[in-house]
Amino acid sequence: MPMNLTLSHLTKRFGATRALTDVGFTVAPGERVALLGHNGAGKSTLMKIVLGLIPYDSGEVVVVGQAPGSRAARRDVAYLPENVAFHPALTGLEQIRTYLRLRGENPRDAMGLLERVGLAEAARRRIGTYSKGMRQRVGLAQALIGRPKLLVLDEPTSGLDPISRRDFYAMLDALAAEGASILLSSHALTEVEARTDRIVILSKGVMVANDTLAALRRQAALPIQLQVAARPETADAVAARLSGARFNGATVSLTCSHAEKLARLSQVAALGDLIDDVEVIPPSLEDLYSHFSKQVPQ
Amino acid sequence: MTAILAIATAEFRIALRNRWVAIAVVLMALFSLVLAAAGSAPTGTLGADKLSVTVASLTSLAVYLVPLVALLMSFDAVAGEVERGTLPLALTYPLSRAEILFGKFLAHLVILALALAVGYGLAAAATLWFDPRATAGLPALIRLFWTSLLLGAAFVAIGYALSALARRPGAAAGLAIGLWLVMIVLYDLGLLAAVVADDGGRFTTDIFPWLLVGNPADAFRLYNLAASEATAAAAGIGAAANTIPSAHALASIVLWPVIGLALAVLAFRKVTP
Ligand SMILES: Nc1ncnc2c1ncn2[C@@H]1O[C@H](COP(=O)(O)OP(=O)(O)OP(=O)(O)O)[C@@H](O)[C@H]1O
Ligand SMILES: [Mg+2]
Repeated sequence: MPMNLTLSHLTKRFGATRALTDVGFTVAPGERVALLGHNGAGKSTLMKIVLGLIPYDSGEVVVVGQAPGSRAARRDVAYLPENVAFHPALTGLEQIRTYLRLRGENPRDAMGLLERVGLAEAARRRIGTYSKGMRQRVGLAQALIGRPKLLVLDEPTSGLDPISRRDFYAMLDALAAEGASILLSSHALTEVEARTDRIVILSKGVMVANDTLAALRRQAALPIQLQVAARPETADAVAARLSGARFNGATVSLTCSHAEKLARLSQVAALGDLIDDVEVIPPSLEDLYSHFSKQVPQ
Repeated sequence: MTAILAIATAEFRIALRNRWVAIAVVLMALFSLVLAAAGSAPTGTLGADKLSVTVASLTSLAVYLVPLVALLMSFDAVAGEVERGTLPLALTYPLSRAEILFGKFLAHLVILALALAVGYGLAAAATLWFDPRATAGLPALIRLFWTSLLLGAAFVAIGYALSALARRPGAAAGLAIGLWLVMIVLYDLGLLAAVVADDGGRFTTDIFPWLLVGNPADAFRLYNLAASEATAAAAGIGAAANTIPSAHALASIVLWPVIGLALAVLAFRKVTP
């Protein structure tokens, strides 16, 4: 299957700063890929290179079968920059109409697009009067124009309220179902967890992870936490028999590896009446993320 | 073409909302009316109709005002987009940087044409009201209109080039005002000083005419004054105007917008968002 985005050995420096070092991954049609990384990790730089906005030093970038930034590539790629900005004197409707014309689409579709992002009521007001989230929605609306094969979205949910975030990811699901590829960056790990197919983690410009979340969990093999709720009078006995630590009054906490999990659970079950409940807490996405982010050479 | 028109429409709307259209029109109308009133006062001692006299004074005014208005409209074109952060997104749309500039150019030309038409139209109407015989000056007025538009086009384009070179609106504004001072005010003074110092030597006969005609503002003045004998008398550079074929002046006025746009596109291509 031809990929909508292929990066290989991509390297980019800004003077002495190594923004990207030997980065390579692909995004297939219909795939949603999340790009994670600390501030300054190189996410926005990577995206700007994909769009042809800035040149790169070495490596190869193929965007929907074309050179990045070529007219053919630009026709098939939609972009939402971080901190998207528009001229404050135009209304949302006028701005979207302009963008529709620039893509050779019918400007009459503008209202429909603004309705999709929940801006119908403010459509005839100047963008200068919009809130941050409303401006972000104008940005989303323009990214939906036409039928882009690849959407490059730089922190698309920043500034959106929780309901709009959910609606936004639902919109992405629909686009991906129609075969569009999506590359998005985010600092909100939990929303990325449920809504993307694959995760790429950059750390200081180096790609330290590129896989599904489940595979990354297996790969990292981070300890699993078991929280055993005992009774006040049995807590000390439970802690001793399981060699765990007591906290929060009557709770006993244990950690174990994935392989030990079932054995540990049967130990817990064997305590019978001494305990009240047990909870299994898998490593959080934050744990996973910091595990991979720490793996940078140098 | 749709893309250029889309940019032009948006740009015109922005200029309308930012009161730029109103400012340009009111400015041109005000100055033109004052000159028309001044031109109507004395009787035709020059033997020319009153409209031709008004056109002569409008020409001297336009040399200063049209480049100024053009530069004020254009200095923000690229630098403003960089500052607002609107450029990266615009550059990911399937149109070239030249098309973006052409779209803005079209909008700014329409605004300029509007301001000139209102200003010169009012001046003509006022003059004809007092002197119905003055219709003889209409061809001169029409020539003044389209040459003013070309002069404005040259400075709009040069303004874009400065805007792209400066990348920040403040710096672009400074460059624009500096350019206006140099090309419109200091240039002539410098040439005059050089001619006086040269005292009729090779510079005055061989180089000076080219330097004069090479400046679009001077070419504009030369062309309009040379084209009507009556008005040449009203200006001080009659002698210089006589040595330069008016075709050269016309070529300069027509070429400068093209040169300016080429420079602007080159400078804009160097801007990384
Ligand atoms: N135009 C530039 N000139 C110099 N250095 C730059 C430039 N753009 C980015 N950098 C540097 O490249 C590195 C990567 O920046 P980038 O904006 O890609 O980070 P990011 O992952 O998007 O961060 P954030 O999460 O804060 O948005 C940073 O060290 C940054 O300072
Ligand atoms: Mg960023």
